[in-house]
Amino acid sequence: MATGEIHVAINSDEDIVLARKRGRALATEMGFVATDATLIATAISELARNIVAYACRGEVTLKIVNGSNRKGLSIIASDSGPGIRDVHQALRDGFSTSGSLGMGLPGVRRLMDEFEIASEPGRGTTVTVKKWKQ
Amino acid sequence: MAQIEQIVKDTLPSTNQIPERSRIDVASELLRELVAHLRQNRTQLREEWVTRISETRLLTAMTKDEIFAEATSVYDSYVEALETGTFEALQAYARNLSERIIPRGVETHEVVGIVLLLRDVLGRSLFAKYQTDFKKLNRILDSYEPAANRIANTVAVGFVQERERVIRQQQEAIRELSTPVLQVRERLLILPIIGVIDPQRARQLTEQLLRGIRTNRAKVIVIDITGVAAMDATVANHLVQTVEASRLLGANVIVTGLSPEIAQTLVTIGIDLSKMNTVGDLQGGIEQAERLLGYKVATLVEPS
Amino acid sequence: MEVPILKQGDVLIATFQAALSDADLHQLRSGLVQRVVRFRSRGVIVDVTAMDVMDSFASRTLREIAHMIRFCGAATVIVGIQPEVAFAMVQLGLTLEGVATALDLEEGLAYLKQKVAIVH
Repeated sequence: MATGEIHVAINSDEDIVLARKRGRALATEMGFVATDATLIATAISELARNIVAYACRGEVTLKIVNGSNRKGLSIIASDSGPGIRDVHQALRDGFSTSGSLGMGLPGVRRLMDEFEIASEPGRGTTVTVKKWKQ
Repeated sequence: MAQIEQIVKDTLPSTNQIPERSRIDVASELLRELVAHLRQNRTQLREEWVTRISETRLLTAMTKDEIFAEATSVYDSYVEALETGTFEALQAYARNLSERIIPRGVETHEVVGIVLLLRDVLGRSLFAKYQTDFKKLNRILDSYEPAANRIANTVAVGFVQERERVIRQQQEAIRELSTPVLQVRERLLILPIIGVIDPQRARQLTEQLLRGIRTNRAKVIVIDITGVAAMDATVANHLVQTVEASRLLGANVIVTGLSPEIAQTLVTIGIDLSKMNTVGDLQGGIEQAERLLGYKVATLVEPS
Repeated sequence: MEVPILKQGDVLIATFQAALSDADLHQLRSGLVQRVVRFRSRGVIVDVTAMDVMDSFASRTLREIAHMIRFCGAATVIVGIQPEVAFAMVQLGLTLEGVATALDLEEGLAYLKQKVAIVH
């Protein structure tokens, strides 16, 4: 069982593929069912893609977290890019990816169990999501 | 008097002055002595334990022979854990034991009970053996008690975890049974939903249906919600997602049995009902499905 | 990694192999359009059976491919979306609206046959 954190530097679109591969592998190792592993890999793909699209470079960190009586997988996507000026707007569904606008954050939130975002214009963005194993 | 005390103090090394390494050596020597005692008196102590078990009316779901057999294994694992100070083997045994006895109806309090009884029986035998040497008894107990408590903990937790796993499995099985995906014609699946759907069941339903589409190569699905009294927005969303996901697998979905209340819920959350294929009742839905399938110039899944 | 594109009569079949980079997807887009024009294909099947994740970019690209191919006078159908992938897609809000989908290659061909009267 993997211990510690897995860091994947995100500099290009190839890194997106690597990040989600690592994510799926970790999820499978942890015993997540196939559907959940796919949800996790998809969330990682979206978050990593946002980094490439808006910040050029950043990092995705994967780690196992312990809750009261259950285990989970935490994904932290961070960058020191331009940041999001209006986080509330970005989280509103009008900005979902199907409209090919925006960052698909509402979608990512639906995929995962917990969602947190911190962003400061000029400093960067950090999105933290978690999925708990049933 | 004071002078004699001083001499006595000087000649007898007090325990605080024993260097660290010696203290550990003494402890492990005592542990070895303890383990040897438990091994030597195995037959008798095990017998005593089994007697206590039946006296306290534990493990009534098992026969005397079974109890004896398990008692032997538990006793030996117990002593081994004390001896080696490692608990993995014990954990594995506890899980294995739990797997066997849970289907027999053995409950948590029984398992915790018998392990504590063993701890008591062994404890008493130590009191009996070292009753003339109080200091030694104390030191032996210093080694015995933490280990014995950890063993009780390990076995109890192992049992509870196995129990929880079994319960989860059963819940999953029940959920699967309660949302059957029926193949009634070639390429046609019917999913009758009855009762209350919570988000978890809704998700399971979707997964089952999608797998069913793949396995049966279904082209039309009829989801009948006549038996569903009410649906909150979350579940209504799930329904819509199910329809959309089915389309991605090339299947058309017809929703039947939509009550006015549920139709209202769907509209409230912004679903364009004209985009969803709905028919009044199940029979009507099946008929339309057959038309879709038997249609010569078959209009298969068109882009929406 | 290049996506192999087969020609079967009036139909082109592009089969995804596992994880594709963005560059691969772009290459596929131009490769398909070129071939549709060259061979005057009537239909294109994109087989995504091996795709284990469909994110917004992949979904957008597939829609663009279908769009461009429509301009060339051919129809596109996406086949082989896995159940888990479909589930993740709808959670994310990706519905591939405007693009035809079918279960597998066989169904995809049946669809094209009916839609554009292909010779296959």
